[in-house]
Amino acid sequence: MVIKTNGKLGYEELVEIELSNGEKRLGRSLQVSEDIAVVEVFEGTQGLSPRDVKVRFLGRPLELPVSNELLGRIFDGLGRPIDNMPEPVGSEELDINGKILNPYKREYPDEFIQTGVSVIDGMLSMVRGQKLPIFSGSGLPHDMLAAQIARQATIAKGEEFAVVFAAIGVPADTAMFFRRELEESGALKRSVLFLNLAEDPAVERIVTPRVALTAAEYLAFEEGYHVLAILTDMTNYGEALREISMMREEVPSRRGYPGYLYTDLATIFERSGRITGRKGSLTQLPILSMPADDITHPIPDLTAYITEGQIVLGKELYHKGIYPPVNVLMSLSRLMKDGVGEGKTRADHKELSDQLYNSYSKAMDVRSLTEIVGEEGIPESSKKYLQFADAFEKKFMKQDPYENRDIDTTLNIAWDILSILPESEWTNISEKSKKVYINVVQKRNI
Amino acid sequence: MKIKGRITEVKGTVVKASDVSGIQMNEMVKVGEAGLIGEVVRVEGDSAYVQVYEFTTGLKPGEPVEGLGSPLSVTLAPGIVGNIYDGLQRPLSTIEGYTISRGYTAEAIDVNKSWHFVPVVKPGIKVQGGEKVGYVEETELIRHYIMIPPNVIGTLTYVAPEGDYKVTDQIAEVQESEKQSVSMLQRWSVRVPRPIKRRLVASEPLITGQRVIDAFFPLAKGGSAAVPGGFGTGKTVLLHQMASWANSRVVVYVGCGERGNEMVELLKTFPKLNDPISGKPIMQKSIMIANTSNMPVAAREASVYVGLTLAEYYRDMGYDSLMLADSTSRWAEALREISGRLEEIPAEEGYPSYLASRIASFYERAGYVETLSGDFGSVSIIGAVSPPGGDFTEPVTTHTLRYVKAFWLLDPNLAYSRHYPAVNWISSYSSYIESLSGWWSLNISDEFETLRRRALDILFKEESLRNIVRLLGPEVLPEDEKLLLEAANMLKEGFLKQSAYHEVDRYTPPLVQYYLLKLIISFYEKAKEKLTGGATVEEIKASPLYLEVIRARFNVKSKEDFEAIMKKVMEF
Repeated sequence: MVIKTNGKLGYEELVEIELSNGEKRLGRSLQVSEDIAVVEVFEGTQGLSPRDVKVRFLGRPLELPVSNELLGRIFDGLGRPIDNMPEPVGSEELDINGKILNPYKREYPDEFIQTGVSVIDGMLSMVRGQKLPIFSGSGLPHDMLAAQIARQATIAKGEEFAVVFAAIGVPADTAMFFRRELEESGALKRSVLFLNLAEDPAVERIVTPRVALTAAEYLAFEEGYHVLAILTDMTNYGEALREISMMREEVPSRRGYPGYLYTDLATIFERSGRITGRKGSLTQLPILSMPADDITHPIPDLTAYITEGQIVLGKELYHKGIYPPVNVLMSLSRLMKDGVGEGKTRADHKELSDQLYNSYSKAMDVRSLTEIVGEEGIPESSKKYLQFADAFEKKFMKQDPYENRDIDTTLNIAWDILSILPESEWTNISEKSKKVYINVVQKRNI
Repeated sequence: MKIKGRITEVKGTVVKASDVSGIQMNEMVKVGEAGLIGEVVRVEGDSAYVQVYEFTTGLKPGEPVEGLGSPLSVTLAPGIVGNIYDGLQRPLSTIEGYTISRGYTAEAIDVNKSWHFVPVVKPGIKVQGGEKVGYVEETELIRHYIMIPPNVIGTLTYVAPEGDYKVTDQIAEVQESEKQSVSMLQRWSVRVPRPIKRRLVASEPLITGQRVIDAFFPLAKGGSAAVPGGFGTGKTVLLHQMASWANSRVVVYVGCGERGNEMVELLKTFPKLNDPISGKPIMQKSIMIANTSNMPVAAREASVYVGLTLAEYYRDMGYDSLMLADSTSRWAEALREISGRLEEIPAEEGYPSYLASRIASFYERAGYVETLSGDFGSVSIIGAVSPPGGDFTEPVTTHTLRYVKAFWLLDPNLAYSRHYPAVNWISSYSSYIESLSGWWSLNISDEFETLRRRALDILFKEESLRNIVRLLGPEVLPEDEKLLLEAANMLKEGFLKQSAYHEVDRYTPPLVQYYLLKLIISFYEKAKEKLTGGATVEEIKASPLYLEVIRARFNVKSKEDFEAIMKKVMEF
């Protein structure tokens, strides 16, 4: 909506709109000039008429009161309490856009997080302070996986995470699922929930991740918690952004999304990491469903340019009964290299992971070939790759949603399946790592 | 007389100012009570549109706008090397707290530091812009020459004696019609290329120690290259490798619109990595500029030009500079956003119609030159390109490829199978190959060019066999073609693939690159002989020498290492 301001409203400042029936809505300016301003109304403009509204300038941008009291609370997508308890008393009111983190003051993330999920710990290792999303599709178990990670994630010293959960346009069932999971594992009292559900106004969606991350940053960098922020579903965020961009009559870019989508997503995902001299950390686990399973769609594509990797789930694997159905070849953890190895996980970890990738990739080629020429048409040496791929999927990747495997177990299973292939194929394995393998085998046989 | 007006409109990062008659295009301004820095991008009568380099939340119409009288400029003086700046050359290491506040101002260098100045000329001579009057040792790797500013000419009436001075102290005086004082500190407008005497043809390679680049798609000193690739294909790792190991004297790394943690990685590793030639930490020859993806968008363009100007400045001292921009696509997006807010008519995919000419004028500032003082220096530019969806037909990629002379196309299929660097050897290209082959013959081996061609030949033949193999499997091929596939495999596993994180593998000097190629090609030749003698490919693959040649990249560091394995190959 457009309102007369006489130049008194600042850019991105809040207004309170009161309807004739007493209902109050919150709006924010998108553009200001000397006489008017364009305002986005968070609760939507239904029922608004130019005559019957009163507008009050609040003189400040959207803020969230922050303090330790946030933990255990539930808020709506704008940060207003919906758990029938009063507004938390804040030690500070923080602009939800956050302040720019000085890159010089960042601490490089390199502390391994054991999620207890073999395919992640073994090949897509997560570290404290990383931003690592799950790229999924409809019908895939991304919520289950995220909940498993939230439940099982530990850092080596046995510390636990505080969880900040932001529901962005998801069905009420999804929000309830996460709430229940957190409750049952006892994590709810160390969590903060921000809920913008599918039935809630879309405009609010733009704000929700930022409100959640303001809480997360505060808990991490001011209160010293190790925070795990789960934002779901970022595709809904992207679509709300597109809707608003069209309303603002901005020139659309790829597939109708605004040209600033990359930067906008970056201002959300870069709110993570560790800071030199500060105890806490903020690890992000965003979830997004790829429209039509297309990873080149702007939302997953631009997200992957920003985040430190991606965990991609695939339908084919899921239909084979594999959970978690991770398409490892399309997945990546960019920060794995500094979080694993001697003193952190195990000396053979990296080489084992590289070898699994290499061999599984070759196995996929063999599988496509087999589809054409049949198993009889491929050489004996290639048949081993088929066995390897099966074992990889059924023994290494597949595990129960409530099964928690430590890193040693994960790596030992990896050696088991690797030994299906002859040693001449182990081009990534050094002599040093082979010795670790021999020790493992020997230990077992005793 | 500073021009003072007021804000009349705020639209995101673009602000309209009125009552600013006389303000110039590209003039720097201070916007609002908070004093945010901006640049004039359009003048209309007595109004101007300003792109603001900081977040504009809270700016109100009526707040002041003040012209600063000059365009975006950099500070050029001793003390730059080893620093990390934001896009406006504000040092990031000296800010209090862990966030960057708006309206933050700071000098680019420590103006209170004393430098030991040594003059190299005596008063009385005629001088002109670019000539060296003396030097200071900026770091153990950079002797920073103090030069007469480019637009100054006349007789040198004073040169300071050897001693300790601050950068703003006078160390020379030049007289033409008026007296002009010269200090160690200069300012230069970033959008203007620094002047040179003349351009020369590049003839020396920029050795990066990255085998697929140096051997197959080399970059010359003074050349320009682009690295287009989708996410996860390894652009940043490759750029970090170039910044770490390239044999330029100065490295300027611009993180333009990318991840904060990637800048941190550089900050963490550079002080510990030693330059292979001098043995000193490469932090002593590096300058970093960080305008990360969450920092103000408008400053991305500033970051790229600041980086370029700094590279030119050190070139003017007679050095080879390397400027890397990760990623140029983010700069293009910034152009698109500002253009949209200025309501300019968009061209392809919403980018402004002047995208191509901006990209061209950026890469054109690379070159091997004779400087104003008669030295030879160069600026090499490597730009990463992040095509949305990995689609190389998008505007930034297509325009960039028209203006660079080398490109290293990163292939997602190679990346998926963890073949890094994922440089596709069929689609990549370097137009410097001809002019640089002489260097390899003269300095490394006259056999090198032959080995190179043999290797590419094997790889191309493999490519044409791949379709058959994909459909019918390798078994249908005759033994000699199967062997060719294995040779291609050895080249991939033993030469093209390179680990950025392995102590030995991460940097390969040209001589060792020659050794590795020679080992693989010689093994292949010997294997061919054995085939005619009745051996099978499976048998050849089973020999331990096969694996040893593939893993040579992790083990060969010297001539002795090479000769040991070569002997085994000859006796195979």
